[in-house]
Amino acid sequence: MASFDQELDASGLNCPLPILRAKKAITQLSVGQVLRVVATDPGSVKDFEAFCNQTGNELLESGEEAGKFVFLIKKS
Amino acid sequence: MSEQKKMAIIATKGTLDWAYPPFILGSTAAALGYDVEIFFTFYGLQCLRKNLDLQVTSIGNPGMPMPMPMPVLLQALPGMQWMMTTMMKSKMKSKGVASIEELRELCQEAEVRMVACQMTVDLFDFNQNDFIEGVEFAGAAKFFEFAGTADITLYI
Repeated sequence: MASFDQELDASGLNCPLPILRAKKAITQLSVGQVLRVVATDPGSVKDFEAFCNQTGNELLESGEEAGKFVFLIKKS
Repeated sequence: MSEQKKMAIIATKGTLDWAYPPFILGSTAAALGYDVEIFFTFYGLQCLRKNLDLQVTSIGNPGMPMPMPMPVLLQALPGMQWMMTTMMKSKMKSKGVASIEELRELCQEAEVRMVACQMTVDLFDFNQNDFIEGVEFAGAAKFFEFAGTADITLYI
């Protein structure tokens, strides 16, 4: 897994909280920095893809790790 | 920012379950960069009160999953609505679903504009002080001013 600048643990949170928390975290990053998000909501897989498509941030990775969903998002 | 997308919502329901869609969609759209305005009318005004007391009931709603089958007349007994609301809230908490208070705050933080329908505020003898800070009071024309140029308009 690539390196990241900040991590957000959204485990246990349900829609739309992982997206809202991620949005807030990304706002605090500088352009080019990477946020790692860990989530347990199965809906978050499609949601983070859609979030990145619509906000222009880059979804570097989307995968599973130890039964949780992990996303790497690069701020654009 | 004329290229910013816009979403307009009319929120007409005042039960715990129906309070979710306007605030979930409003906060999410704002996170996606939308300019959002929600127009609360009739029972939807309950969603804007300082002291939220939103309830849920299975009466008239055969679609609500129940832990056990229960005749409608039993569902109508005193205390049943309170019990169902309590059960729904604890279920939501256990599933990591945000409370309405939390989603409403997230909407406020994201500058989602909330407009209370003045006609129904008067109709139900509400006072402007009954509602949270930042609520605007206006009529149908105000809704159209925004919705007329919106990309998405929802009636909930």
